[in-house]
Amino acid sequence: MFSILRLESRNRPRETLEGHSDPVRFSFLNVARQALSGNDGWPEQWPSPEPKRAYDAVIVGAGGHGLATAYYLAKEHGLANVAVLEKGWLGGGNTGRNTTILRSNYLWEESAALYEHALKLWEGLSHELNYNVMYSARGVMMLAHNAHDVQVGKRHVQANRLAGVDNEWLTPEEAKAFCPILNIARDIRYPIVGAALQRRGGTARHDAVAWGYARGASARGVDIIENCEVTAIRRDASGAVSGVETTRGSIAAKMIGVVAAGHTSVVMAMAGVRMPLESNPLQALVSEPVKPMMPCVVMSNTIHAYMSQSDKGEMVIGAGTDSYISYSQTGGLHIANHTLEAICELFPAVRRLRMLRNWGGVVDVTPDRSPILGLTPVPGLFVNCGWGTGGFKATPGSGHVFAHTLARGEPHPLAGPFALDRFRTGRLIDEAAAAAVAH
Amino acid sequence: MLLIPCPYCRTERPELEFRYGGEAHVARPANPGVVNDADWAEFLYFRSNLKGVLAERWRHVSGCGRFFNCLRDTVSDRILAVYKAGEPRPELGAGAAR
Repeated sequence: MFSILRLESRNRPRETLEGHSDPVRFSFLNVARQALSGNDGWPEQWPSPEPKRAYDAVIVGAGGHGLATAYYLAKEHGLANVAVLEKGWLGGGNTGRNTTILRSNYLWEESAALYEHALKLWEGLSHELNYNVMYSARGVMMLAHNAHDVQVGKRHVQANRLAGVDNEWLTPEEAKAFCPILNIARDIRYPIVGAALQRRGGTARHDAVAWGYARGASARGVDIIENCEVTAIRRDASGAVSGVETTRGSIAAKMIGVVAAGHTSVVMAMAGVRMPLESNPLQALVSEPVKPMMPCVVMSNTIHAYMSQSDKGEMVIGAGTDSYISYSQTGGLHIANHTLEAICELFPAVRRLRMLRNWGGVVDVTPDRSPILGLTPVPGLFVNCGWGTGGFKATPGSGHVFAHTLARGEPHPLAGPFALDRFRTGRLIDEAAAAAVAH
Repeated sequence: MLLIPCPYCRTERPELEFRYGGEAHVARPANPGVVNDADWAEFLYFRSNLKGVLAERWRHVSGCGRFFNCLRDTVSDRILAVYKAGEPRPELGAGAAR
């Protein structure tokens, strides 16, 4: 019997017309089969093809947003002759460096609609991708420490409820009931005087999101090409894009979607387009793993602290951005220190935990702290950037509406307000004033 | 944390004493009344965000309180030159780096 199972487990990927494999589905039966055969029969989840000379569309950047864009282009718009070009490795930028917080309780209707679209996609994403992205609706609690925080927090709650987004106001005692390790003493430097709670908010596994979208896109014919840095954007006589130069040769494409996060200004400059962006270091830390002690995500915009507990048991802590422009992927130690001081006061139980790792990413920040999604002055060139310190939560929604924007050549209704042109018209979506620094 | 030399105080101090002022040499339009929306947007919001040597402003808030300019490599965060407000951007020769 074992030999039969072993034979069946040698599920060779089925070759499709484009030479792409249809990955073996993750199902109870397949997992059981693989378990019995030592798990050595899993085929590769996506191939690593050589770049072709031409594609219908090229996506620059194989992070979560870029891969999601490619996935929805292939799945919903029948556009599968697509390459995703990545200068490093798949999901190795901010997708693999963030603190994995998901929520949609933004102040302005435009933002709430976009992030809520994403959150709804998160809810069904593991099933959609047949890949466990470990979406956990454990609740995101945002703390208030003073009268201003209370006013802003309650305004958010009311605005969200009017927009159909769940959000509720908690007293300090209710906050502590929801997160027992919280210190609600009145005599600390920043006492907790209330909290806004979005119960559908939570976390997901960041790497799995990139991998799941890569696998899904690849199965539908998309080429994902790593170690392939775009060095120039070619334009034809009419000014429209005609392709890119890369470290792995020229690639022709009449449609280019730039999804390059912190390096968006650099890539867009290749097409002569200036961007309203500044790239700042943002850092995070994790502690040594401990037993489950924190059942939710807690954020404090006012004192720049975010914490949740990963399924491995590490306390995952997000710090603030450095003030200056930098591509170093390294933040200043005083920034992390500032956050840890706040964490130690809010959660006395973690004071003696040792930090295992501290790392940085480069985030592209817009003047109004809202993303830029849509067309550019260059025909055929589209951009999806400016997600700043909080792009992870938007990954599915961002890819979904950006794919629509690319395929139709006009913005998705949810993306419309986030056009680059808003900086000329003055129709900013000012989440900077609304959300302080934290996203 | 950066160590930043203040050209007024002539001393290298920790970044905590300074406030960042963004890209340098972004000139306010001389005649605001005739500036169109696109040019206002350019002045207010669009920045070079250079990966490489960037000219930027810092203010020594906990020292002399004055603004000055700085050339910094945004990849290595190495500060290559500082110069007083109003002075032209120095050429970076072989000996210009600190």
